[in-house]
Amino acid sequence: MIVAAEPLGSRRQARLLVVHPGGEMHSGDRQDLAAALRSGDLLVANDAATIPASLAGAHEPSGLSVEVRLAGRRSLRADDVRGFTALVFGPGDWHTPTEHRAAPPPLAPGDRLRLGPLRAAVTRRLGHPRLVELGFEGEVADIWAGIARHGRPIQYAHVPALLALWDVWTPVAAHPVAFEAPSAGFALTWSLLERLRHLRVGFTTLTHAAGISSTGDPALDARLPFDEPYRIPLETVRRIRRAQRDGGRVIAVGTTAARAMEHSALATGAARSGSGIATGRIGPESVLRVADGILTGVHEPSTSHYQMLRAFADEATLAAADAVMERAGYRHHEFGDSVLLLRR
Amino acid sequence: MSASTHVTVLHSDPLSGRRVAVTGGTAGLGYALARAAYARGARVGFVARTASEVERVARALPGSAGVVGDVAEKEAIHPIALQLAGRLGGLDVLINNASSLGPVPLAPLADTECEELELALATNLVGPFRLTRALLGALAASAREGTGAVVLNVSSDAAVQPYPGWGAYGASKAALRHLSAIWDLELRGVGVRVLSADPGDMDTALHTLAVPDADPATLKRPAAAAEELLALVTAALAQRLEERPALEPAS
Repeated sequence: MIVAAEPLGSRRQARLLVVHPGGEMHSGDRQDLAAALRSGDLLVANDAATIPASLAGAHEPSGLSVEVRLAGRRSLRADDVRGFTALVFGPGDWHTPTEHRAAPPPLAPGDRLRLGPLRAAVTRRLGHPRLVELGFEGEVADIWAGIARHGRPIQYAHVPALLALWDVWTPVAAHPVAFEAPSAGFALTWSLLERLRHLRVGFTTLTHAAGISSTGDPALDARLPFDEPYRIPLETVRRIRRAQRDGGRVIAVGTTAARAMEHSALATGAARSGSGIATGRIGPESVLRVADGILTGVHEPSTSHYQMLRAFADEATLAAADAVMERAGYRHHEFGDSVLLLRR
Repeated sequence: MSASTHVTVLHSDPLSGRRVAVTGGTAGLGYALARAAYARGARVGFVARTASEVERVARALPGSAGVVGDVAEKEAIHPIALQLAGRLGGLDVLINNASSLGPVPLAPLADTECEELELALATNLVGPFRLTRALLGALAASAREGTGAVVLNVSSDAAVQPYPGWGAYGASKAALRHLSAIWDLELRGVGVRVLSADPGDMDTALHTLAVPDADPATLKRPAAAAEELLALVTAALAQRLEERPALEPAS
């Protein structure tokens, strides 16, 4: 399959494969998303903005250069920016495919890292040489400023150009809590949202701290996605319930929106407002309680993203969709084309 | 006024608890706006170019979020937006106040260097456009949650009247005024209002640069102008709450 290697260039010409509940498929222009939706349907997107979570610097005890990728946090609170789960690579950068990246120097609790203007220390190892809990020193304001100025968006070798922060913010990006872009949201434009409004298709959001998509290590990748904090506004839940009551379909924009909604519904079977931490993963055996469909990017079958799609469609349907997209030259990865999987 | 009445007034202030960001927030009208919003219980973020000035105002307004950055620089916009939305936990009101005069002392267009015009446009037009776009997601999220959201672009009578010597400034402010009017129409369905307003001639450092021999006694105090502008903001917030059913898909 073709890799989408440009963040912005062809976003306006992106394509959309609509997979209907019976397995029937229709390939078209992504700007025609509205045609696949009905009055009363509701799109629920993740409005997380992406922080520049890649921090270059040095491991003080060894003097070796490292790349730290912030990958998880405990809550969405604005002042809760001292402690992060972090992935650490040795010397090198994103030009090297993640699976070929050098290991970091051995990391032990108390080891200090110098990351541009930021100072941090390893507080805990997390069961893998590359994964630690990291504590930043200093004032909350200085940590925010340090990340904002020194950090770079996490990026992978399939996109050769250096990404800017604006490349990884979706049009609806609001709360800077994601470590990688909730990329299904790149399908949204303000013109599209206006068109949906006129067609009486609802649009609302939740906030979910989308984590990293790849670590380069199969053992660690198997632990993805990590636990991710989220918040669902009361108004969002009201709109979900109204759509359900009136027979509309609730469609998650992206796997993170689906994960948050489904996690919130674990206790009572219905979406709940408030803050939570999404744990576990959605897969072929999962029972979906809220999402009637998902708008997503085009993912490779090995990824946890793809496994999540198995909750929305069976293996044969997904394989057929892959075949159609392969023939039609769909582009995958975060800046690529889109799929809308409908369960009803 | 009794103490209990006073408490009631504080709690009913439409700016109480709202997240308000002001650019050019360490001097003149910007500082007056930040201070007035802070006094009314808003959670205030402000932006300015000079780190020491940002620290000074952050100390004067404890708990506010001071951000160092230049809105005229493309590369600075997203780091600014990230810090404002991150530290305030979202945004309800954005006030694009930071302004550049263009050539100082003021000069006729024929003596204005291209770079001086470009700086006026970068600060007064493109900067507010970029920062508003970067923060539109946060503003729209507030609107969806029903609290309303407002962008206020600080304009000038020079945006309407052609004053000789004010070419760079006047052209940039006229463009900002028109941009505001169009954006306001486009965002009606989203629930975000975009206003522009002329605060009048004020006793500020910017005015001294433009008109060094003006008598300060004839000029408006920035604090008075700030209260007038915040009244426009609160009126727009209240209006959005009333119109809120329009945010729903029509049924």
